[in-house]
Amino acid sequence: MATAERLRLENIVKEYPGCRANDGVHLSVQAGEIHALLGENGAGKSTLMKIIYGVIQPDAGTLTWNGHPLTLQGPAHARELGIGMVFQHFSLFETLTVAENIALSLPAAQARDRSKLDTRIREVSEHYGMALDPRRFVNTLSIGERQRVEIVRCLIQDSSLLILDEPTSVLTPQEVQVLFRTLRQLSKEGCSILFISHKLQEVRDLCHRATVLRQGRVTGECNPGEITTDDIARMMVGNETPLSTQVDPSEPGELLLQTNNLNYQTRDPFGTSLQDICMSLRAGEIVGIAGVAGNGQDELLRALSGEAKVNNDSLQLSGMSIGDSGPAVRRKLGVAVVPEERLGRGAVPSMSLVDNSLLTAYGQGMISKGWVGLGKVRDYAGRVVEQFGVRAAGIDSAATSLSGGNLQKFIIGREALQQPKLLVASHPTWGVDVGSAVAIHEALVKLRDEGAAVLLISEDLDELFQLCGRMGAICAGKLSPLVPTSELSIEKLGQWMAGDFPTAATNTTTETKHAVA
Amino acid sequence: MDAVLITNVLAATVIAGTPLLLVALGELVCERSGVLNLGQEGMMLMGAVIGFMAAVTTGSLAIGVLAAMLGGVMMSMLFALMAVTLAANQYAAGLALTIFGVGLSSFVGSGYVGQAIDGFDKIAIPLLSDIPVIGQVLFTQDALVYLSLVLFVVVYCFLRYSRSGLILRAVGESPEAANANGLKVLKVRYLAVAFGGAMAGLAGAYLSLAYTPMWTENMTAGRGWIALALVVFATWKPERVLLGAYLFGAASILHLVLQGLGWQSSTELLAMLPYVVTILVLVLLSWNPTRTRLNTPLSIGQPYRPSK
Repeated sequence: MATAERLRLENIVKEYPGCRANDGVHLSVQAGEIHALLGENGAGKSTLMKIIYGVIQPDAGTLTWNGHPLTLQGPAHARELGIGMVFQHFSLFETLTVAENIALSLPAAQARDRSKLDTRIREVSEHYGMALDPRRFVNTLSIGERQRVEIVRCLIQDSSLLILDEPTSVLTPQEVQVLFRTLRQLSKEGCSILFISHKLQEVRDLCHRATVLRQGRVTGECNPGEITTDDIARMMVGNETPLSTQVDPSEPGELLLQTNNLNYQTRDPFGTSLQDICMSLRAGEIVGIAGVAGNGQDELLRALSGEAKVNNDSLQLSGMSIGDSGPAVRRKLGVAVVPEERLGRGAVPSMSLVDNSLLTAYGQGMISKGWVGLGKVRDYAGRVVEQFGVRAAGIDSAATSLSGGNLQKFIIGREALQQPKLLVASHPTWGVDVGSAVAIHEALVKLRDEGAAVLLISEDLDELFQLCGRMGAICAGKLSPLVPTSELSIEKLGQWMAGDFPTAATNTTTETKHAVA
Repeated sequence: MDAVLITNVLAATVIAGTPLLLVALGELVCERSGVLNLGQEGMMLMGAVIGFMAAVTTGSLAIGVLAAMLGGVMMSMLFALMAVTLAANQYAAGLALTIFGVGLSSFVGSGYVGQAIDGFDKIAIPLLSDIPVIGQVLFTQDALVYLSLVLFVVVYCFLRYSRSGLILRAVGESPEAANANGLKVLKVRYLAVAFGGAMAGLAGAYLSLAYTPMWTENMTAGRGWIALALVVFATWKPERVLLGAYLFGAASILHLVLQGLGWQSSTELLAMLPYVVTILVLVLLSWNPTRTRLNTPLSIGQPYRPSK
């Protein structure tokens, strides 16, 4: 088998100030093997991949490629050897065309003849069932199509090892199936694939072998097809953390939020405009909105938070029109918002947790006659940290010094303690470790049980199915009907995420029906 | 106005627009790589004074031009060292460069104030210069005007059709992605900054060797700043920079013509005309946000530090 071993890593160590990202990692990938690299955020997966792709150099350890030990000089060197990488946040240039993007990573001689390159792109992309138009600008492509560009770019260079960094996190279930078909075909043709993910079911479906990382160390190697997802999860998170929250169904109360044909024309040229959004939320329920990133989720959040103003009557809170009012007014009425970007929008990175509390909780008796009652603010921040298990050096530490999970717990806690009537949360557990995710889910459920309405915008379907009483999907700025989760299959949701759902008119009647029922 | 006057005004327009065209083309290339160099004014002044000194000393205008470009490059390398290698704040580094250039050019040029030399002569291109109006406007000019037009075509084709131009645009849009693709971000940015410096030096030389063949302190009169605005409002497109530069040239000639014709308006208001007209027209042109964004180098102003 020695000759068939494509890549071997031994004792890889990479140290950053304050953290050992990789601590003696071993990894071996065979020819034609689909090998999963599993681990939580911060487990050291990304660092390891960057080492394999030559972006960074390891502090110690050896890398063996097709039986020859070597030191990678950089990404260009790795590509020459046949190592291709598909990044999680794509390394594409949005203002260039597909062909130009691909030409940039090819040797000059191969890229010179543009029409030949166009033909080759068409050939390769069609051979693997991922049709692409070389002349289109990348900014006009969907996320799924952009990923194809990255993959085709690697394939054109005859890669024999393809690294995919969480490739499915941005795709609809149907797109995932197409991707998997392509990957299986590649594997049959002898191309090795290193598949980074934290979605265990997918890994079980696709991969031949898996290596699990935790805190920079390998904690297990297995054949994922032979063991359960819970076993793998244990290897990923250790024994201390609970793996999920138990969610009991809830009894929704009175109508709280209603949108009537809400339209919002975005001014961002790469944004998505909202069209005729109709939905209703009741007190004491969690409603989920699934969707592939960039389909209007951000605009919806802005329209609800008041950052974007809409037609006054198209947005009603407890029967009061609020479409015209700004964030401060809506906050006073009990609307709390947890945006997707933690640093920069949810919290000011360089400010302390105390100051960040003041930003949205100022209405909680912290200000009198224009003066800030610093004691009260500190008290509030302390309560958030304590009640929501935020791990930080103290309430005076800067927001940016917290890990993603802890900062998110802080932001959710800051909003939850204000006892909002409506909480809109966008991707609250994105990039958060399992332990924090569980805590965040618990906080959302508790808020619901206390009688708040929660709107959960997320790309994580497991999360949505677990927490939501009703859910739907958003696609190209249009919202599908919101139906009880028990009546919705994952296939149907997948179709809805791709835009295949009944129109707004039917939507309203569905809504009314459920309101009556 | 009669035909002769119009022809003369148009010819003067081209001359007045040329230094602006040169410096703005250089800055455009520089900004397309993601580096904003606010030191244009300083580099132009150094180009002007070094070019003039070299031409006076050696008696050769060509050597003067080369020395000016070299001076511009050296100034720009000072900037690149700070803003590219050391990843300092580009705005601060650029402003410092301008202040430094203004002071240094006055200092080294103090002995040359008031001296006069014979500047570039007009060269009439055979046949082409016989075309009515256009022949006088475009083909009876000095060598540097022709050079500026050639450089315009070169920059245009470079950005649009060449692989190197593609790399430049890629680096300017996302240095991280460029690095992941194996492109050498810092090298590209250095070359772009150097080109910007050479062009600023050349623009300075045009002022002190052709436009008004002499040296006076601050003779660039804010053209470096106008060039910076021009590049932004031209949405980083060379053809719009050309238009903007000549528009500025036209407006600055027009205010002289209007005064000559005895317009009873305040001189100060008329002197504002070129700046206002240029910016107004380019603002109107850059109205479409999608088109603008396609050309905007997204990483502009952000230092890039390669990960270790």
